[in-house]
Amino acid sequence: MSTPYAKLPGWVEYGLIPLVNLAVAFLVAGLVVLLVGENPFEAAYHLINGAFGRGEYIGFTLYYATTFIFTGLAVAVAFHAGLFNIGGEGQAYVGGIGVALACLWLDQVMPWYVVFPLAILGSAFFGAIWAFLPGWLQARRGSHIVITTIMFNFIASSLMVYLLTRVLKPLGSMAPQTRTFAEGGQLPKLDWLLSIFGLNVGTAPFNISFLLALAAAFAVWVLIWRTRLGYEMRTMGHSPSAARYAGIRESRIVVITMMISGGLAGMMALNPIMGEQFRMQLDFVQGAGFVGIAVALMGRSHPGGIIPAAILFGVLYQGGAEIAFEMPSISRDMIVIIQGLVILFAGALENMFRPPIARAFAMRGERAALVQTKGA
Amino acid sequence: MDDIAIELRGIDKSFGLVHANKNINLRVRKGTIHGIIGENGAGKSTLMSILYGFYQADSGEILVNGKSVAIRDPNTAISVGIGMVHQHFMLVENFTVLENVMLGAEDNQILNKGIAKARRELKRLEQEYALEVNPDALIEELPVGLQQRVEILKALYRKADILILDEPTGVLTPAEADHLFRILDQLKAQGKTIILITHKLREIMAITDEVSVMRRGEMVATRTTRETSVEELAELMVGRRVLLRVEKGESRPGDVKLAVQGLTVKDSRGVTMVDGVSFEVRAGEIVGIAGVAGNGQSELLEAIAGIRKPTAGTVLLNGRPADVAGHADPAELRSRGLAHVPEDRHHVGLVLKFEESENAILGYHRDPRYSNGVFLNIDAIRRDAEEKIGKYDIRPPNARLKTANFSGGNQQKIVLAREMERDPDVLIIGQPTRGVDVGAIEFIHKRIIEMRDQGKAVLLVSVELDEIRSLSDRILVMFAGRIVGERSPEATEGELGLLMAGVEGRKEAAE
Repeated sequence: MSTPYAKLPGWVEYGLIPLVNLAVAFLVAGLVVLLVGENPFEAAYHLINGAFGRGEYIGFTLYYATTFIFTGLAVAVAFHAGLFNIGGEGQAYVGGIGVALACLWLDQVMPWYVVFPLAILGSAFFGAIWAFLPGWLQARRGSHIVITTIMFNFIASSLMVYLLTRVLKPLGSMAPQTRTFAEGGQLPKLDWLLSIFGLNVGTAPFNISFLLALAAAFAVWVLIWRTRLGYEMRTMGHSPSAARYAGIRESRIVVITMMISGGLAGMMALNPIMGEQFRMQLDFVQGAGFVGIAVALMGRSHPGGIIPAAILFGVLYQGGAEIAFEMPSISRDMIVIIQGLVILFAGALENMFRPPIARAFAMRGERAALVQTKGA
Repeated sequence: MDDIAIELRGIDKSFGLVHANKNINLRVRKGTIHGIIGENGAGKSTLMSILYGFYQADSGEILVNGKSVAIRDPNTAISVGIGMVHQHFMLVENFTVLENVMLGAEDNQILNKGIAKARRELKRLEQEYALEVNPDALIEELPVGLQQRVEILKALYRKADILILDEPTGVLTPAEADHLFRILDQLKAQGKTIILITHKLREIMAITDEVSVMRRGEMVATRTTRETSVEELAELMVGRRVLLRVEKGESRPGDVKLAVQGLTVKDSRGVTMVDGVSFEVRAGEIVGIAGVAGNGQSELLEAIAGIRKPTAGTVLLNGRPADVAGHADPAELRSRGLAHVPEDRHHVGLVLKFEESENAILGYHRDPRYSNGVFLNIDAIRRDAEEKIGKYDIRPPNARLKTANFSGGNQQKIVLAREMERDPDVLIIGQPTRGVDVGAIEFIHKRIIEMRDQGKAVLLVSVELDEIRSLSDRILVMFAGRIVGERSPEATEGELGLLMAGVEGRKEAAE
């Protein structure tokens, strides 16, 4: 028979449990720091200070967060339809082609606000194409999307090496990258946004694509919870048999969902290419596609959770770089360990602390009920 | 008192806000069959799970043979002589009977000795209790009734003196159920104590010595079976008087609304599940399909609803083929007046993680009332859901509550409200009252009769023979994918039972 279902209050579900997970992750990370003979409190100080200490640091933190919002949303959209898109890395990489083409074509003749929308479309288009193929293969041939998207990451990587060494590289250059874009291919910084809070963005590449990421988060929320397509995606994600019963065509939903997911991943390319480097370089994605999986897990596939989760990973990236700089015995690999611990506790082990917390709340509720009955 | 096998004192258990067991006291006398009856969600299973060590009670005491014991896990329960036969068998399908029986009680890392011992022991149990099974048969090749026997053997092998059976007859034919009851009688005669959990009043009356009734987590009464009646028990279960017999007038069949012709369905392994089935359902009649679960009824329903593709044959809905170019689309069939209450509401009829209002549009979410093609009209959807909640008395009346948090009966009402309120021409219903409490059964049966009286063609599939007999105007019996006979609802249970077991049918087909 049905197991009784204990529902936790929202602030516990979305606030307390993630916080406990995070606290444990940092505790274990602290032990690791202790193990290499460094002071964990000092490391924590550098982490926080490096991420928030100055306007410039905050700018960097939010720059990274922008990237992770896009890739996190990409993974989340697929999650809702029961699909595990591990190919965000490759989709973002290929999405860069769309950005680069728009910029290379128009950067010298048009202002950024003309180039930007085209670059958005281009990045989303190329990212969607790269996700369409695995989606189509799953819908038509039953090839598992986890396998195909991973393989497509490798194909994307080779494809981009080819393009950046043969096709998109300017003649005579030795570097595997496009030429640097002119003004039209450079996104304005959000210095004004930080200056509202009296902060100076400095050299941080915190740019307007952050606002695009926030808009995308809102759009994803609308898509999932307010549109018919989102309803069909969720139905399929929760229960494929119910979807079949409701006459929802699985293959159609798989393909469309993957394209939306890939499009979001592709839009990530705007941030580093148009916002920071002003050219497309080899390996500009730098693992952001995989971080997106952790962000989506931690944010429980809800845009409202993905944004803070993305900022947290922004903190880990920016603050982590600062630790490596300030405490030489903590290498970059140590930072990766700490990030890994966060992913482990917040993502993979997210349910570890749920039963004890749920039990504590059940007991509290009982006591409250007892008090009530006694009072009556 | 040394003739008490099990005594529960003040057992209390909550899951979050759900108070599943409230201060339960129960005494089960040695060498008796004690029934525990109650609606779904009354707390029977929770109580037995506490007794078997799956859950820990929040407070209270368990006494086995007069001694207080702390049952922390099933192993403790087994060590004090409690065995359990689960509703869903806990057997390894591709193991033999012998391997299943000794699983978890192998005695040693090297199996030889254990196997020899188990074989001896099985032989002894067989003789003592007349529980014959071939120890070398694979579980997956055994019929359900025998699989259940293996579960009983498993418990006896572990020296259980007290057997708990959770809804044991749900999957059995009437004949198999009778056989089970004979086994239980035999066990009782040998001094075993049996606790029988069921929601079937008839079984309680047929086999138990005493019966305890649970309602909403409380033990409301214990009666000596000989001194009580079905009516009294039903009233105790529900807390009010219940109409057990369905009242309905004569049917007035009209035009043929649903015609099935030579329908053949194969499952994914290529096994023929429905074999050339033909029948018609007319407006204003209820056609019931009786049969033991797994004889093709599920596949038949799915094929009619367009979920499963038939390999041969046609389905005519209002005289027109249901499939276009070999493709039947459930969405299109809905728009043509076919409503479908699926057998498995947990995985098919509902999305348990959705809120109630979202489930109230499942399959009809393309309706312009609910969406303009892109966006959902959330207000209209919730208003509509609330209307249905009122009309079908769905409790709690909260359209935004997660569907998993409704009881089985209320979940079923959500599905029924969705399908019936569309004013369909044809209504196909699978297991309308599976896992549904007595109070809701009455309501659901009434609604089905109402649909008939409004001139809908109703096709009803149920494994509850009583339900088929009391609702149907005509009964078709399915066995091994074929329709082996048609009977009127006045046919005796024995007659239908023989058909369901495939005994009569073969003769009839031969003639």
